[in-house]
Amino acid sequence: MSFIRDTLMVFRRQERLALRNPAWVIIGLMQPILYLALFGPLLTRLPAATLGTTGNAYRFFVPGLLIQLGLFGSTFVGFAIISDWRAGVIERFRVTPVSRLAIMAGRVLRDVVTLVVQAAVLVLVGVAFGLRAPVAAVFIGFGFIVLVAVGLASVSYATGLLVKSEDSFAPLVNTVVVPLLLLSGIFLPMTLGPGWLQGVARISPFRYIIDAMREAYQGQYFNTIMVEGIAVAVGMAVLFLWLGSRVFVRENA
Amino acid sequence: MGIIEARGLARTFKSRRRTVEAVRGVDLSVGDGEIVGFLGPNGAGKTTTLRMLTTLLRPTAGTATVAGADLLRDPLGVRTRIGYVPQAIGQTMGGTDPSCLVLEELLDQAGLYHLRTDQAHQRAELLIGQLDLTGLERRLVKTLSGGQRRRLEIALGLVHQPPLVFLDEPTTGLDPQSRSNLWEHIGRLRSDLGTTVFLTTHYLEEADVLCDRVFIIDHGVIVADGTPDELKRRISGDVVTLRVAGEDAAAGKLLADQAAVREITVADGTLKLTVERGERALPILLRVLDGAGITLESINLSRPTLDDVFLTLTGRSLRDDSPGPASPGPAGEPEPTVAAKE
Repeated sequence: MSFIRDTLMVFRRQERLALRNPAWVIIGLMQPILYLALFGPLLTRLPAATLGTTGNAYRFFVPGLLIQLGLFGSTFVGFAIISDWRAGVIERFRVTPVSRLAIMAGRVLRDVVTLVVQAAVLVLVGVAFGLRAPVAAVFIGFGFIVLVAVGLASVSYATGLLVKSEDSFAPLVNTVVVPLLLLSGIFLPMTLGPGWLQGVARISPFRYIIDAMREAYQGQYFNTIMVEGIAVAVGMAVLFLWLGSRVFVRENA
Repeated sequence: MGIIEARGLARTFKSRRRTVEAVRGVDLSVGDGEIVGFLGPNGAGKTTTLRMLTTLLRPTAGTATVAGADLLRDPLGVRTRIGYVPQAIGQTMGGTDPSCLVLEELLDQAGLYHLRTDQAHQRAELLIGQLDLTGLERRLVKTLSGGQRRRLEIALGLVHQPPLVFLDEPTTGLDPQSRSNLWEHIGRLRSDLGTTVFLTTHYLEEADVLCDRVFIIDHGVIVADGTPDELKRRISGDVVTLRVAGEDAAAGKLLADQAAVREITVADGTLKLTVERGERALPILLRVLDGAGITLESINLSRPTLDDVFLTLTGRSLRDDSPGPASPGPAGEPEPTVAAKE
């Protein structure tokens, strides 16, 4: 199928460009590793009941950091498409018979691959710090962040293409992402918060996803939290993918 | 039927309670193998028209056939058969990624047109030779000179051997040497490959040198089209200035009777004639004067430039950075200069 071939072609191009300058992949990974090293030890001092986990605090913390990695890694990809647009590359691609959706899909695929590699490194570092979790859970966690990244990267590219200015893009993304991140209970469980905050936190989709990932890390694969998490993750991915693709396939740009 | 046939092509942009008619009913007919120039002041609708013809923008009205495919019903067919080289200066650049290697860009472009790998290498190799990019294959795009990068961008537009190429301001921003070098390359597209070239420019010199035919667009409509020579003639005719030794009144009388002469003024030995076609009128005028035994001291034929044409048709000058004296604006007004890009 031509769409798949086109997507793989765009993917290979973007991958080649990313590997030419791998510094960004490493910088993107630095932040969660710093949290792991400098914030993680604080959590280990808290009673396991507070964190709602069994075993050690890293079962709680690593899923949160994975989501953080996925959130930041994929919401900021729109930056790159602004410079591509400015270079005339997007327009050049749009005048060829290549699938216009593949211009987005190939990039998203590259971001997902990058993210999975980063996530694997993060989990390994976590293990070094003392994380112990079922192998299946680690893969389920990867599944969740892939879903998160697919949706967010699509929307990020679409937003970049609509905004067309790095100066507006960065504050816009920060405004949306930071509150969502804070409301997701990445660093501390939301259950510690007062009632109103717990209520507000229900609006963050990442809240459900993190909870499901933490369940998995506890070895709990079949319960309502898991179902909710999967439903939210899949729903968000489909919705955002659709929104993003609308911008890429439209006739005027 | 021509390779481009457009009827009533129009595009309206709507923004907060304001409607802008960028292009208002453009008819275009371009024949196979022509090099056609699209001229207009900034904001006249050049780029909008080009973007409609290349499927980047959907027309709000009108129809067009481009390279044998219907623009509205078969945009993919159009994309398959045309080459497009975006303008390199302004909001967006010419389409090459600064962090790519020259060869990679060519191979990727071939991939976008679904060429097989061996074909892609063949085409890339050929184009590298044809556009003087030899030795630059492994160079990063950002290290190329302006002229080299522009030639690469043109090569990208040719990778799939399209019968029709759109060049948006192909030489804007280049130094004079690179510009005339690029003109040679563009000329060769037609002479060697039979490619039809549709280019926009605001260098009148470029249109004059390169184009068989010129369309002039202003306020979203085509205000004139024809060969550069036809357009110049349509405006004001050519001016012949003669100096004769004495007998200027007699000479003036004789010449005023000639069919080719539209207007004549005589003042101390100098005759100024406006004629229809200078190159044809000159021999006749000389023969008449010679027959009457009048001695000529000097002769000069000056033809209007495309800039004169432009100014007459649009009330605006097209020049904004070409050297040399600009045509005087109407009633001695300072010439309107256009700085911003379309």
